[in-house]
Amino acid sequence: MSGGVDSAVAAARAVEAGHDVVGVHLALSRAGGTLRTGSRGCCTIEDALDARRAADMLGIPFYVWDFSERFRDDVIQDFISEYQAGRTPNPCMRCNEKIKFAALLERAIELGFDAVCTGHYATLIDGDGGLELHRASDNAKDQSYVLGVLTAEQLAHTYFPLGTTPSKAIVRAEAEARGLSVAQKPDSHDICFIPDGDTRGWLAEKVGTATGEIVDRSGDVVGSHEGAHAFTVGQRRGLKLGVPAADGKPRFVLEVRPISNTVVVGPKEALAIAEIAGARFSWAGAAPTASSFDCHVQIRAHAEPVAAHAEVSDVGVRVVPEVPLDGVAPGQTAVLYVGTRVLGQFTIDTTVSAVPVGA
Amino acid sequence: MRHYLDHAATTPLRPEARDAWLVASEMVGNASSTHGAGQDARRLLEESRERVAAVLDADPIEIVFTSGGTESINLALQGLWHARPAGTTAVVLPDAEHHATMDTVAALVEEGARLRQVHVTPEARILPEQFAAQLPDAALATALAANNEAGTINDTGSLAAAAAGAGVPLHIDAVAALGHVPLSFRALRGDAAGGVGLVAMSFAGHKIGAPVGVGVLVTARSAKLTALLRGGAQQRGLRAGTQDIAGASAFAVALELAESEREHEAARLRALRDRLVAGVRAVVPAAELLGDPTERLPGNAHVLFPGAVGESLLFLLDVAGVAASTGSACQAGVAEPSHVVMAMGRSERDARSVLRFSLGRTSTDADVDAVIGAIADAYVRASGAGTAARS
Repeated sequence: MSGGVDSAVAAARAVEAGHDVVGVHLALSRAGGTLRTGSRGCCTIEDALDARRAADMLGIPFYVWDFSERFRDDVIQDFISEYQAGRTPNPCMRCNEKIKFAALLERAIELGFDAVCTGHYATLIDGDGGLELHRASDNAKDQSYVLGVLTAEQLAHTYFPLGTTPSKAIVRAEAEARGLSVAQKPDSHDICFIPDGDTRGWLAEKVGTATGEIVDRSGDVVGSHEGAHAFTVGQRRGLKLGVPAADGKPRFVLEVRPISNTVVVGPKEALAIAEIAGARFSWAGAAPTASSFDCHVQIRAHAEPVAAHAEVSDVGVRVVPEVPLDGVAPGQTAVLYVGTRVLGQFTIDTTVSAVPVGA
Repeated sequence: MRHYLDHAATTPLRPEARDAWLVASEMVGNASSTHGAGQDARRLLEESRERVAAVLDADPIEIVFTSGGTESINLALQGLWHARPAGTTAVVLPDAEHHATMDTVAALVEEGARLRQVHVTPEARILPEQFAAQLPDAALATALAANNEAGTINDTGSLAAAAAGAGVPLHIDAVAALGHVPLSFRALRGDAAGGVGLVAMSFAGHKIGAPVGVGVLVTARSAKLTALLRGGAQQRGLRAGTQDIAGASAFAVALELAESEREHEAARLRALRDRLVAGVRAVVPAAELLGDPTERLPGNAHVLFPGAVGESLLFLLDVAGVAASTGSACQAGVAEPSHVVMAMGRSERDARSVLRFSLGRTSTDADVDAVIGAIADAYVRASGAGTAARS
């Protein structure tokens, strides 16, 4: 229970369904702020108190469990080292993979619980080949993307009471009707461990700054920067290029090369990606039987899924979308769907541009 | 059936103390008012003060009622610091003190105090010679009469004598010791003269069956300290604010009862505690009793469960109806690794694997049986569950 409205209503529904429910708030930061600020949805004393009061309303026991060390090692450190490696990580996904449905679930099972119940918007369906993870009924709130990392074993111990609710407004209304004080609490959007939402500033503080070159696709130096980690593929702002492009068009970050501390820029067309591949993958339920199949690929939490063809081999997954993908950065997670069903995911290691240099 | 084994956190209100509080609550009158109603209130207040002074073996004028242990400690440490002898800057602090002391001293350090730490023994004992070695020219010193987590009882008399010998004002935090250990302010102070030696001693009402919200700072006549709260000349000017007569009356009643029962109760609790420790070790052989094996608070069992996650143990025992403690928790409710256990030379991992069971006035054999019945299964599960740091 984060202290937000979704987990509070999820807990209420779990209680009502007759389960023996215990509320757990995860302490993920050792030095959390005291009061809620902006759109951060967790990790303050006030959020822990909101969660506690929701549990009180539901008449369920409530505990705060400290996963701050594992969170620091598996999520925050991973976030920093991914950026240092020139990649763009998704820490919420890592948290689901390593903390909520791993460390917490493991502890819960050891302590005698059957499942971890969360306020995520996604549905589980008992299919022919076992449990299947599907998109939520409310497309706008659908969170199946960030749950794409869950495996069959994890799904078997997971419970998403909100997945079939057609809209978030209904969840808020239900919270209101249940007298939960968090009914109108704003949604959280930002990364919970970056207090002011300033990811670049936070990263600069963690990894320091170092002057490097900004080059175009032919290798000509067009500017300089204070640290490649501050850039992400598709970024346009903050480049401060001294030399205008020959065609006068705006330029975007195409690639981040951390070892040489170099940022590669180019025209918007060059962001189009014709192929993505990754070695680190998992299946959300039964693995596909065919090594080659049609699916949809989604590369960000709120990106549109794109029709694609996937090939699975010993070395990983390769996906060719029917139309080029925009703004793909290594480190991002590609989640594969068939219809509403989440097949699985892989972390993008390599991308192939749809527009070759000089084209 | 719920079994409460966290009397060191707070112990049930004594019915006699509640009655005394209710009687006083019926009275109207500010003890500082000069009319008849005020005089009646003042009479009850001063009678309570005298009764407290009689038990603690101090003069009534030396009893300052506060809101509790934390305020008493703050008044003593901040008060002594702000009235310190010119030229002194050192504060002597053992490293297994209560947070109320540690955090107050940390605030003094921000005001320029120099910290002189005294390391405790692996049993959480403050060695008087090591304490004495840090005393010369110090502005003030502080020490626990008994450690609230580990239960170890310190040689307060020797600590006080050392402070008197060094000419340093000493505060003793006797919150955990009250009601369990004989405490005579006069005897502990000895023949120290002037504002040095034992000058202040802190107590909290709710640890002995008085309500939460009342405490005492025994303050030697000759102690030099400034007030925390300003706004009136009550209580020697050391504690401004309308005086809580009902709280003072309830404190006096609870203290007299605790003292009259002390020896008998200590023997009873010691027997229960020893049975608890033996019973736990019989089913969890790896369990280890921390703190001094004999010179400890009679109701205290501070037990290390190697490899287990304290917060999981606490949860499983709670589900089984047993309330114990892992030590202090942060604001959000996270069990923190015990700084006391680390001061005893243990790892942070061990500091997360310790439970404190504390028995008190209402404890019975059934409470002990409940712990022994639940602990083996809890230990197995809490050891398998993922630890905060990956194992």
